[in-house]
Amino acid sequence: MDELRDERIIRGLLSEIKKKARNMVESVKIMEVCGTHTMTIHKFGLKKLLEEAGVEMLSGPGCPVCITPNEIHQAAINLITKKENYILTTFGDMTRVPTQEGSLQTVVPASGSMVKIVYSPAESLEIAEQNPDKDVIFFGVGFETTIPAILLTAKSAQAERIHNYSILSALWLIPPPLRAILESKDTEIQGFLYPGHVSAIIGEKPYRFVADEFGIPGCIAGFEPSDILLAILSILDQINEGKPRVANEYARVVRPAGNEKALALMDDIADTKDAHWRGLGLIAQSGLKLKHKFSRFDAEVKYGLNIVYGAGDLLGCRCGDILKGKISPPECGLFGKKCNPDSPYGPCMVSFEGACLAYYRYDR
Amino acid sequence: MCLGIPAKVVQIDDSQIGKVDYLGTKVKTNFSLLENVRTGDWVIVHAGFAISKLNEEEAQETFKLLREYTLLGEIQE
Repeated sequence: MDELRDERIIRGLLSEIKKKARNMVESVKIMEVCGTHTMTIHKFGLKKLLEEAGVEMLSGPGCPVCITPNEIHQAAINLITKKENYILTTFGDMTRVPTQEGSLQTVVPASGSMVKIVYSPAESLEIAEQNPDKDVIFFGVGFETTIPAILLTAKSAQAERIHNYSILSALWLIPPPLRAILESKDTEIQGFLYPGHVSAIIGEKPYRFVADEFGIPGCIAGFEPSDILLAILSILDQINEGKPRVANEYARVVRPAGNEKALALMDDIADTKDAHWRGLGLIAQSGLKLKHKFSRFDAEVKYGLNIVYGAGDLLGCRCGDILKGKISPPECGLFGKKCNPDSPYGPCMVSFEGACLAYYRYDR
Repeated sequence: MCLGIPAKVVQIDDSQIGKVDYLGTKVKTNFSLLENVRTGDWVIVHAGFAISKLNEEEAQETFKLLREYTLLGEIQE
């Protein structure tokens, strides 16, 4: 495994990237779709090294905490502040996202209600089992990597008749926003670094339209520095040869057809729906909701939530433009000033995978 | 959020619940998203669930390819 971080190998890969990028007219723009890739790229100093080699990396919409619009957070805040004896469970970063009403961490829950941070969706279901006198709502956020685990809890809740459990869904699919980005023409992306763990679930096929319809190369990448550089080399080769495709550098984890068991489970439990993304707006068939047979575990149905989108963004926050690759974090007027890790103003500074936090920590 | 850690399966029961060893720490893991998991397998764990089995052959292929770049790196130094 040492190969993945070996300095000599990384130097070798970078010199090869430089050689190949030199053939291009201008610097090559590649979007890393996944927030975990953003973190690796900044943490290991690859952002600057790649820039010197002629490759510009742009952060994409691959941070689920970042792209979840404030209106869903406000619905969660409403539940926990207005209803007594509710437990709202969610992943840690979600509790720190600021809205006009504050964040889940700062609001005061109603009597007997509370917010609990979980590491796994399975824990949320356990909390529901242990607290039969309370309503437990899992504010479940994630891409295809996390979705099967979240959906499985609805199936288990039904099988075990845990009827005080429901899911407030913030479930996002990765391929639809890529199409939205390519169609918007806001950015001139010449290649995509596809997310490794989303791909472990969905495989290679859902990205094919990027090469077939838009002629844009791409490569599925792992999360170590060498993984990322090897994938960038593949993208440069595809550009030079004029043969865009979906390459897979992370074959040790990603099968071409993905995780078929997890995909079948997703099909069985959820349907796609049009969904609102922060910055990107409404994207057709880009979200998931529980199927009718599981609707008693769908918090939106169970509590009659009517989430209206459009007025939730905080004034001045440019997370939306950052998620589209339109600007980089230092171009936002609030970056590092009003918005910093101790007091984040927008979700891209909250999340461990947010582009703003990555820039703040490693590239200031 | 899509952080996944490679870890070794050390325990698994009939309900597909068990433990992985991650750098010496035993972590409770749900294996029901995978087929035919056995102790000793390496898996990627995300949010308490194993989402993929590691393929040793493919891993060796990648490492072999990477080693070919070592020489290039040395020349540059």
